[in-house]
Amino acid sequence: MNRFDAIVVGGGHNGLTSAAFLARAGLRVVVLERNPYIGGATVSRELHPGWVYSNCSYVCSLLRPEIYRSLELGRHGLQIVPYGGGVTFTRDGDVLGGYVDKEVRRREIARYSARDADAYLRYGRDVMRQCRLVRSLLMRTPPDPTSWRPRDLREMLHVGREFARLGEAGIYDTIRFYTMSIADYLGEYFESDVVKANFAGSGIIGTALGVQSPGTAYVLLHHYMGDVDGQAGAWGFARGGMGAVSRALAAAVQAHGGEVRSDAPVARIRTRAGRVVGVALENGDELDAPVVLSALDPKRTFLGLFDAGDLDPRLVKRARDFKIRGSSGKLNIALDGLPSFPALGPKHPLLAGDMHFLDSLERFERAYDDWKRGTWSQDPYLDLLMPTMTDPTMAPPGKHFMSVFVQYVPHRLAGREWTDADRDAFRRTVFAQISRYSPDFEKLVVHAEVRTPQELEAEVGLTEGNIFHGELTFDQLLFNRPFPGFAQYRGPFRGMYLCGSGTHPGGGVMAAPGANAAREVLRDLRRGSTVPEGWSDD
Amino acid sequence: MRPPREHYREVVRRTPFHSRTTRANELNLWHRWRDYTVADAYFDVTLEYTALRNACAVFDISPMTKHRIEGPDALSFLNRLVTRDVARIGPGRVGYCVWCDDGGQVIDDGTLFHLQPGSYRLCSQERQLDWLTRSALGFNVSIREETEEVAALALQGPTSCTVLRALGLDGIETLAPFAMRTYALAGAELLVSRTGYTGDLGYELWTAPAQAEALWDRLFQAGEAYGIRPMGTHALEMARIEAGYIQAGVDFLPADRAVRVDRTRSPFELDLGWLVDFSKPNFTGRRALLDEQRRGSRYRLVRLDVEGNKPAKDAYVYDDRRNVIGAVTSALWSPMAKSSIALASVRMPWGRPTDELWAEIYYQKELKWNRLNARCRVVKGAFYEPARRRLTPPPAW
Ligand SMILES: Cc1cc2nc3c(=O)[nH]c(=O)nc-3n(C[C@H](O)[C@H](O)[C@H](O)COP(=O)(O)OP(=O)(O)OC[C@H]3O[C@@H](n4cnc5c(N)ncnc54)[C@H](O)[C@@H]3O)c2cc1C
Repeated sequence: MNRFDAIVVGGGHNGLTSAAFLARAGLRVVVLERNPYIGGATVSRELHPGWVYSNCSYVCSLLRPEIYRSLELGRHGLQIVPYGGGVTFTRDGDVLGGYVDKEVRRREIARYSARDADAYLRYGRDVMRQCRLVRSLLMRTPPDPTSWRPRDLREMLHVGREFARLGEAGIYDTIRFYTMSIADYLGEYFESDVVKANFAGSGIIGTALGVQSPGTAYVLLHHYMGDVDGQAGAWGFARGGMGAVSRALAAAVQAHGGEVRSDAPVARIRTRAGRVVGVALENGDELDAPVVLSALDPKRTFLGLFDAGDLDPRLVKRARDFKIRGSSGKLNIALDGLPSFPALGPKHPLLAGDMHFLDSLERFERAYDDWKRGTWSQDPYLDLLMPTMTDPTMAPPGKHFMSVFVQYVPHRLAGREWTDADRDAFRRTVFAQISRYSPDFEKLVVHAEVRTPQELEAEVGLTEGNIFHGELTFDQLLFNRPFPGFAQYRGPFRGMYLCGSGTHPGGGVMAAPGANAAREVLRDLRRGSTVPEGWSDD
Repeated sequence: MRPPREHYREVVRRTPFHSRTTRANELNLWHRWRDYTVADAYFDVTLEYTALRNACAVFDISPMTKHRIEGPDALSFLNRLVTRDVARIGPGRVGYCVWCDDGGQVIDDGTLFHLQPGSYRLCSQERQLDWLTRSALGFNVSIREETEEVAALALQGPTSCTVLRALGLDGIETLAPFAMRTYALAGAELLVSRTGYTGDLGYELWTAPAQAEALWDRLFQAGEAYGIRPMGTHALEMARIEAGYIQAGVDFLPADRAVRVDRTRSPFELDLGWLVDFSKPNFTGRRALLDEQRRGSRYRLVRLDVEGNKPAKDAYVYDDRRNVIGAVTSALWSPMAKSSIALASVRMPWGRPTDELWAEIYYQKELKWNRLNARCRVVKGAFYEPARRRLTPPPAW
């Protein structure tokens, strides 16, 4: 039986989300995943016995609670546990602790600047204002601003109303916010360089831009717009690793009668007379369906699953021009015990938080310079966490899993491919950075998975290793994501849809693209929607 | 050198009076006031409140935010900051002030102490360092938060003056409302101001943290014959509502904390128009407030006398046609006024003395919930304001 109502290409969390909502609407759905395991960049694998890694994404905040609730992900085994705080280590042996308690956090910032400690509230307020605006758009299809269809007009009106709620000044602020650099933005609030550096990381994670580059203020927002149980901007772990998200979604697909196939790489989306008719697998098998959703990034979808001749030249050009530069790497490390961080001391509460080692904007910018020159940062920005401080399930008792996100790492080294020796040199750079703040770290390492953009591309299928399926710059957001004319999840053929992170509202473990795409499919099929609308804050 | 990093170990701090307040706190009831832990109540809310209105009560105000503002431009800076004319607050005087953002929306209210010529202390609910320093661009002033450097007690109630005399503060009876004076107490400096948050006769005592415990001990010794009691936040809250005072974060949202821009209020909308002086030099929010005066306000803060005896906590306020026109922000059964009183924010034009307003009150008795529509009368001024509050010298009890 190879006939379906809908085929989803790509078993990452967005593909699974689409499939779950379509299955819930009663469609016969299959998800086809190339790898022997599902999850894409939302995956947990045991590469060293006893340790479960979150191989790519590692913390969770963006996952829309509306989706969690309506697909009953809790019942399907998912549990999000918030973790506590964060810390920036300084070169002079001190720390800036982002304590969970807001007065302690204030006192801590005041150690660097009493004024900044107070300005933090204003900063939080302004970022929150922008969060409210963008959140109101997450679970909606972006309107086409050039269209006169009633629905687009209505949606434009919605956007307009949300804008208006910010007040006059808010409209100016918003445009500035979406186009400013994170360094300039932070400069409007803070005077201490350490304080600025502490907040700057969120502006460049996964982004091939520097802290001085316009557009990085928005990237920060992308990391603040989530929440854990209403705690805006809070982050948590998926208990058991990020793969738990994909597993729960797959269980939801199956609970509604859908099918999830791994080891099923799709070679081509088949079309006839302007509409899709199914897919062809790499092994030659053909599956038929009047609806095909691609959860792959836009480049891979349009340049990989179609022949150039099938598409308009303009679309081919747009897909080629799509900005999807890789800039991040990841180390997953199995540790024989808890490493010490002398600047924190033993049993410090922030050992459970996220750790950062760049204490000035200058160092951030230099880290970016290395990337521009085609090499990994010699003094890299790390987002380092030990999930096992919070989640006991990921390593044997007393042992630890350390997740190290690394910015910046290029897709190619000055134009050439990475070699094993390069990868090892990269690993050594990261180890050295950690060891500067944790002298006993290295001797506790029992296994390390090292992933450069090259591995992320080859193993996860992220073009150039870009973690968001395309950069989160203003020219590639909202009704321009991925390209003008394709932002409403529909592809160039009838029955063809996009549902991955390359669509609005973008990357991260959010599931909103997948949900929104499913809503559009059901609308075209004139079926009742199974996809929840967004929640309001008020 | 940065301050020590170990502060995180003591998440909630003790005020300089903690050893004494713990001993007095028979109920072991505490809550958090920003960095500090303070008593909800010490032995019985009603009796603490009664001590305040009948004898005197002591409240630990050390956690209140305090900023020191000094320098050649201190006066012109403060005059640009707040809406009233600071030039009229002479050395040795205290003034109640509000300050606004550029849009004329209230950031906070507080008391401004003119300690010495050119040196001021601003006491407020919220921290203000960010706003103060940003407002100080172009002024030659120094601004420093000094919350931790000052220990303070409020001594309020009819016998408070007598207690301070018994403490040896000669001539304290000549201290007028909103005046302050420095005394030496056991070799240490003690600043006494005739201020408070209870609408009663009362004083606030300011000293160095190292002197705090001695001050507490002497004060209670001196007050023993005059009914002195410690008072927690609950009793103070009763008094401040009876006095008709507003509180930041409760009766209005500080403008610089508002995520939702339409949630803020102007001084006129908080019944603080009397603090706005358009004849003084330019001040922040002036243009917007002039505009508001011309175009009219959006809201009005009203003091309501609510029919019946159920506190109108969190009640919606309706007009006579059952339209929601506002909400109660603070409410209480007032022992002194023997009425149910409330502060509410209502949309204009409602809240005129002749308007018939209604409060929708939910209350429960023995787990059964009832709903009540209570008629409200708009009243002017404080719900309770004893004459002793303004008399100099005040009566002995
Ligand atoms: C290192 C790293 C760290 C990250 N950290 C975080 C984080 O902490 N928090 C967060 O919220 N986000 C994080 N992200 C981003 C987030 O993980 C991704 O944006 C998100 O998981 C993408 O989900 P997706 O479903 O859109 O696409 P993907 O997860 O990329 O799914 C696409 C799927 O398609 C499959 N596929 C590809 N080609 C074919 C084919 N021809 N046939 C069939 N299947 C195919 C792939 O194998 C993959 O499973 C991180 C990403 C990376 C890479």
